[in-house]
Amino acid sequence: MEFLERFAVPHPSIAIYASMVAIGLTMIAIVAGLTYFKKWGYLWREWLTTVDHKRIGIMYLISALLMLFRGGVDAIMMRAQLSAPENTLLDAQHYNEIFTTHGVVMIIFMAMPFIFALMNFVVPLQIGARDVAFPRLNALSFWLFFMGAMLFNISFVIGGSPDAGWTSYFPLAGNEFSTSVGTNYYMLAIQISGIGSLMTGINMITTILKMRAPGMTLMKMPMFTWSSFIANVIIVFAFPVLTVALAMGTMDRLFGTQFFTMENGGMDMLWANLFWVWGHPEVYILILPAFGIYSEVISTFSRKNLYGYKSMVASMVVISLMSFLVWAHHFFTMGQGALTNSIFSITTMAIAVPTGVKIFNWLLTMWKGKIEVTTPMLYSLLFIPLFTLGGVTGVMLAMSAADYQYHNTMFLVAHFHNVIIPGVVFAMLAGLTYYWPKMFGFMLNERIGKWTAWLLSIGFLLAFMPMYITGLDGQARRMYTYSEATGFGPLNMISFVGAIIMAVGFALIVYNVYYSTRYASRDIGADPWDARTLEWATHNPVPEYNFAVVPEVRSSEALWDAKKHGHVLFKDSNYKKIHMPNNSGVPFIMSAIFFVWGFSFIFSLWIPAILATIGILVCMAHRSFEQDHGHYISVEEIEETETKMRGAK
Amino acid sequence: MKIDHSLPLEYSTDQNQYNILGFWIFLGAEIMLFATLFATYFTLFNRTGSGPSGAEIFEITPVLIETLLLLTSSFTIGLGVHAMRLGNKKAMLTFFSITLLLGLAFLGVEIYEFVHYVHIGAGIQTSAFTSILLTTLGTHGAHVTLGLFWGLFIILQVKKRGLTPQTANKSFIFSLYWHFLDVVWIFIFSFIYLKGMM
Repeated sequence: MEFLERFAVPHPSIAIYASMVAIGLTMIAIVAGLTYFKKWGYLWREWLTTVDHKRIGIMYLISALLMLFRGGVDAIMMRAQLSAPENTLLDAQHYNEIFTTHGVVMIIFMAMPFIFALMNFVVPLQIGARDVAFPRLNALSFWLFFMGAMLFNISFVIGGSPDAGWTSYFPLAGNEFSTSVGTNYYMLAIQISGIGSLMTGINMITTILKMRAPGMTLMKMPMFTWSSFIANVIIVFAFPVLTVALAMGTMDRLFGTQFFTMENGGMDMLWANLFWVWGHPEVYILILPAFGIYSEVISTFSRKNLYGYKSMVASMVVISLMSFLVWAHHFFTMGQGALTNSIFSITTMAIAVPTGVKIFNWLLTMWKGKIEVTTPMLYSLLFIPLFTLGGVTGVMLAMSAADYQYHNTMFLVAHFHNVIIPGVVFAMLAGLTYYWPKMFGFMLNERIGKWTAWLLSIGFLLAFMPMYITGLDGQARRMYTYSEATGFGPLNMISFVGAIIMAVGFALIVYNVYYSTRYASRDIGADPWDARTLEWATHNPVPEYNFAVVPEVRSSEALWDAKKHGHVLFKDSNYKKIHMPNNSGVPFIMSAIFFVWGFSFIFSLWIPAILATIGILVCMAHRSFEQDHGHYISVEEIEETETKMRGAK
Repeated sequence: MKIDHSLPLEYSTDQNQYNILGFWIFLGAEIMLFATLFATYFTLFNRTGSGPSGAEIFEITPVLIETLLLLTSSFTIGLGVHAMRLGNKKAMLTFFSITLLLGLAFLGVEIYEFVHYVHIGAGIQTSAFTSILLTTLGTHGAHVTLGLFWGLFIILQVKKRGLTPQTANKSFIFSLYWHFLDVVWIFIFSFIYLKGMM
């Protein structure tokens, strides 16, 4: 019994017991369903072992949407608790756990996989490649992310959630003040999925540098590919910092090292610095691919080429460099002195310049264009004013002297949601709608899509604009309640209403998927949006090998070039056999062992931890000795697929 | 698989070129990893709490032996890759084996050094300084340990399968890894030990 006690939740409540039952029932339902419909073999062959970048992209997408709802439930609970003064829906401990998991889930397990979903799916198609450079590694990246996410999500029913905030500052996150295993979950789950992210970074950079179609020089790459490239460069240079920080945090908690402690020379501020040396570039890892999506969408639906291609690329390069030079603005009030604060103030304000360049480029792309307001375009049109608002409050926060007023208030909360929701989330939803036909062969309903966009925007404004005001009036973030005398009540109630409207918007996305799956036409051709880039030159949905013949390119808008200027994309009309990588179960198995590894460390179960470590090393050794030369798709098979795909038009 | 015979064996297929570029990028990430450890080391260097300082515990003899062993191993793996380019499998395997033996000897001295530190009261829990010292050295040591196994697997594969584009590619990438560990050691030697002893 004593052994099992460690797995108990330290602060149980009815909601947590209900979740345990719900999780149990869901798992039983999944297992029973797969068995009843005899889908285990299908699941294993087609999904769990796949190395196809398109399927991996779709799995990232499904995971991201699931996590969006997990994080969204947290958000609704927080807003409900704060909707009235002295509310007792949640106690302080639960509120702490919920804002912590909300932050981690939304950044690490929702936004990251969402951008990886689009990168994985779109980048190889945009550059005319058959897959990524390391398909097997790509599968491993996904499964590591997935297992990390699952590990993090079981925390609230086994052993207790982390409760030290998504930034997990020491000494609060140390053993003295965080006694449950919650923070161990934080350290290890993010570590596991972080390794996956790092490998995706390496994979994507190699793919983009080495696998572009003939004729596609670097300055002829579509903008989404450029933005993905730069985001992945940031990943490769930022994530190792997180790896080290998390490892040191884990060691402090499990092995009694003195990195971030308050005694024996430990330095708690070191964590804050290391965390934000990763954390601030992370913001740009999320926003740059989002900018890439907006560039594609705005150019397509303005029926014009992207204004200022070169300045777009240059501004992203500048942003990527400067993203590493601004981290201290996250803790201006922690006493590093006027000179340091001034320097970081200036770098932070300077980063608004390249971002501003991009905003003007999008506006000038639309200038005199034939604008067609589709759902993706509507998201982009809403993004520009809303994001600019967030950018302006960002410059306010960048002034270190003034930041003493804003620091740790709801003003800050309003600011970063103001850039992340219209910036990243809207872009991902625009990308989802835009690339949905490419993924599944039918379009999402436009009417429901536009309702979603409007509901999300209105809900967003109602939820977050009041926070700017209460923040300036002194409402602190992360406080689970406030007294009536503060007068924050009505504004927080408006926020709650806004959050509900956003929840309706997100629910509409699910309804849209259901509705469109049932009713949408499958007869949409290869290019339903009249788009401009290479991914639309192949069929919908995309065949396994992407392009039957490797395309040849002479501009950044290869398809537009072909449609309007008579450029021939597929010069070689004879099919040749195509080399493709083999499926493998090892990435899934290795990641499952990583799950056990993380779980064992979290609960200090040393024998399983050692066994799991050996298991991971055995998987790597297996990979070293394995001889896998892939397989060929024969010319007949290609002909058959191509005829069928064309016939479906 | 198309093989381009005008290029060295390890670069001769597309996949081989991807692997080498990908590994260089991985080494970029490794540089960041060690850079973070070094930055932390410099931050915590003077924060010894009640524990000993670097000058009190560092000994030059084992460190010099380690340095000589690792630098020599970097030279021998270079000779190994040169032999591989000449297609001399036997010489290559000999040089790779010598490399791994030198690595093993390095690891032996490092383990002795660690035991010594713990023995004189500079364990990983003693102070912020000893925590980061042993973590930085340990991370490098763990890389060497992993490299020993990896190198051994590659030797076995070359022995069994001969010099093919695949095995040559793996051997070359392993040599990049090994040289990288040597570079990291030079930084450890200069900025942790020599600077610490001054």
